[in-house]
Amino acid sequence: MTTAVSVLEIRNLHVSVDTDTEGPREILRGVDLTVRKGETHAIMGPNGSGKSTLSYSIAGHPKYTVTEGTVTLDGEDVLAMSVDARARAGIFLAMQYPVEVPGVSVSNFLRSSATAVRGEAPKLRTWVKEVKQAMAGLEMDPAFAERSVNEGFSGGEKKRHEILQMTLLAPKVAILDETDSGLDVDALRIVSAGIEAVRAKGETGILLITHYTRILRYVKPEFVHVMAGGRIVDEGGPELAATLEDSGYDRYVKGVEPAAAVS
Amino acid sequence: MAVIDATGRPPAQAGAAPRPVRSRDPEDHAVPGGREEAWRFTPLRRLRGLLNGPVADSKVDVSVSAPDGVEIERLAPTDSRIGRVLTPADRPAAFAMARSDGGLSVTIPAEAALTEPVVVSLRGDGGVCYEHVLVELGPFATATVVLDHTGSATFAGNVEVFIGHGAALTFVTVQDWAEDSVHLGAHAYSVGRDARLRSFTITLGGDLVRLNPTVDYRGPGGDAELYGLFFTEAGQHQEHRLLVTHEARSCRSRVTYKGALQGEGAHAVWIGDVVIGADAVGTDTYELNRNLVLTDGARADSVPNLEILTGEVVGAGHASATGRFDDEALFYLMSRGIPADEARRLVVRGFFAEIVDRIDLPELRERVMSRVEEELAAVGV
Repeated sequence: MTTAVSVLEIRNLHVSVDTDTEGPREILRGVDLTVRKGETHAIMGPNGSGKSTLSYSIAGHPKYTVTEGTVTLDGEDVLAMSVDARARAGIFLAMQYPVEVPGVSVSNFLRSSATAVRGEAPKLRTWVKEVKQAMAGLEMDPAFAERSVNEGFSGGEKKRHEILQMTLLAPKVAILDETDSGLDVDALRIVSAGIEAVRAKGETGILLITHYTRILRYVKPEFVHVMAGGRIVDEGGPELAATLEDSGYDRYVKGVEPAAAVS
Repeated sequence: MAVIDATGRPPAQAGAAPRPVRSRDPEDHAVPGGREEAWRFTPLRRLRGLLNGPVADSKVDVSVSAPDGVEIERLAPTDSRIGRVLTPADRPAAFAMARSDGGLSVTIPAEAALTEPVVVSLRGDGGVCYEHVLVELGPFATATVVLDHTGSATFAGNVEVFIGHGAALTFVTVQDWAEDSVHLGAHAYSVGRDARLRSFTITLGGDLVRLNPTVDYRGPGGDAELYGLFFTEAGQHQEHRLLVTHEARSCRSRVTYKGALQGEGAHAVWIGDVVIGADAVGTDTYELNRNLVLTDGARADSVPNLEILTGEVVGAGHASATGRFDDEALFYLMSRGIPADEARRLVVRGFFAEIVDRIDLPELRERVMSRVEEELAAVGV
């Protein structure tokens, strides 16, 4: 393994979630995945296959417990890191449902975040310019920066805000969890262009998690993985996405016990 | 009836609680036993005898800074201005009036437009003490008055605020007491015709602080915005009981109190009573209390009450909610690299921003936020 190329390695990952009624329930049952700098991977799969669990587990959401396996970034043990340390190490999760933080302005939030991830406060003059440019690229009104984080944002605004953060934080690995959901065609085009711009720099490995093939017409992955029942059940190139477009997930779901029914 | 109620509950029924006795004579007020509606949340044993008006064995150190043209005087106990706005509704307020040896009066003349605030600092030096502060704002004047409580005291203090017709007052009262202080306060505001009151009640310290702000309108067109911010720490009892009485027509009131609580035994109480009299047509009122519980072991009681005797109102509603610290917000901020303690600071700052950002005094704004952050840091959250 070379250390020059950033790489996220997921090996035999098993993850459980605590339920109120049934105790812990295993969702991921041995996931293997490698994402290198500059690569774009799509993870596709039906609802309940464990796609979101995978993304939240990598980011370190406390609801999920890793029971087996490893996640490393450039050889460093990601699972041993706190949530904020993972982000500072270079992992970014664009959330499907970004959380409202009332009273905290977008500009304050972005600056706090960039300061933490970069290890020093960005110089004010260049920072303002940087944010302006990134916002313009996503066709966001400058007034947006003064609003409270995600409060009263439309679906499209929330997703653009997520991609704005990805742009500014320039992570080693970006996990985009259903970033295409809830977007109309215009918003999808703008968000996809934002993702493409980050990808074009070649510094970020992208893990695009999606239920539909729609976004893959804009952001073209080199690798497509199909997830079902908490495992990766098929892998291939862009042609696999085209097959899924036509045939759906039926052939993967049949015979696979849905994760939800396993205790 | 035009009742908008964000809690989905009907407003409290009228006539449930008897009207309190109003008198300057302490002995006209019964000694509470603790079950009375007005006292049921208050730990009476921690009042250090203030219900029985112990003789003062200390004095609050009073200092005033005021721009030119503002008259500061010590009123004799017999001065007719004392008791013009406030008639005590409980024993501590009656004792505070009886034992304050008159009162400190701040008079801002008619049509004055102050560019600098009047600051009245009350500093406790241990022991039992009383004070009575009067503020009068002449017709069409505009001013900001800050009442700043610090130090250590067992204190009963009254405040009477008389706002002239067409005048606009920003009144800030800060309770930034040492941890061992007890403070009972009756704060009465009288709003003139077409006058405007914007008040901020900021309670940050003390062992027990219990304030009773009341608002009355002397004519139509009055507008009162009452903002409150409190941060209740382990073992502290902070109680704010508001009563806004709409008897004049076409007046407006807005009450917005926000509190954060943390630590074992932290107890915050917010009571918001609004009464709309039969003649107060055109009233527009809304009151809101939001509490943010940061840790286990803290408790917030929040009781809004609306009593409406006319149907012809513009709006009348209330909302109250007490929530836990939002772990999802914390995760979101941390997933952007922001460390947990800073993320919590951001969330709490954000929670209070709605109140703090309205205070037009930058130094005070900064002081309030840094005190809040100190308290957050104290328990390492």
